Amino acid sequence: MTPLTGYLLVAALLFSIGLAGALTRRNAILVLIGIELMLNSANLNFIAFWRFGPHPEKMTGMVFALFSIGVAAAEAALGLALILAVYRHYKTIDLDQIDALKG
Amino acid sequence: MTAISMVLACITVAGAVTAMTRRNLVHAVLALVVAFLGLATLYLTLGAQFVGFAQILVYVGAVSILAVFVILLTRGASLEADATPASKWIAGLLIAAGTFGLLGYSIGSSRVARFAVEAPPQTTVKQIGNALMGAYVLPLEVVGLLLTAALIGAVIIAVDDRKVSR
Repeated sequence: MTPLTGYLLVAALLFSIGLAGALTRRNAILVLIGIELMLNSANLNFIAFWRFGPHPEKMTGMVFALFSIGVAAAEAALGLALILAVYRHYKTIDLDQIDALKG
Repeated sequence: MTAISMVLACITVAGAVTAMTRRNLVHAVLALVVAFLGLATLYLTLGAQFVGFAQILVYVGAVSILAVFVILLTRGASLEADATPASKWIAGLLIAAGTFGLLGYSIGSSRVARFAVEAPPQTTVKQIGNALMGAYVLPLEVVGLLLTAALIGAVIIAVDDRKVSR
């Protein structure tokens, strides 16, 4: 097993764990955390491909990972703000109880 | 993978599993911090020091703390009232296991596994700065705009209308 395969497998495992959490948990914050884990596994893939790919000196993968971290930070801030707004309205963040589109 | 990165990968995965299985939200976020720190050290072993420290600053420093703030602000709703139904558990786990199987199969059968391993590239912060200000200056500005919009949007969404108008 080459190093690249090992890192890719770790990233795939992290992605699956995040997916399982996002699908099974009922708390909105934990679903968001699962999505964060999935984004992080993609970052690990970027870095692994940058390190073991053909042209590491061009730094494409590294810069892409930096931008990805920035976008994920924006996503986390907006997601948590949305959870706060939903909580203020419904007094719960249990996703099974938030079932009405009308406010 | 070296032994060190193997251990770090195990710590990261263990932290992620713990974060996704705890019922106490604060414990889950603490386990998530462990997973993020493990990922940052994995970046360090891959020679991406700058990204590793950015990961610590952004995820461990900002995203986790933000999640803790939201957990404390939505207190009372933070413990799940009753367990998730078994059917949902099984369906979610099956989908995740299928995804992992598919990804693992594609990784195992792909050509990228046969890339020649080269010496670790020497990257300095100066090189990253040159790349960000040279070839990638437009994406950098777009990310800056996105972060500004997200900042304003988050404040507008989270602000309590009734308290403001009173």
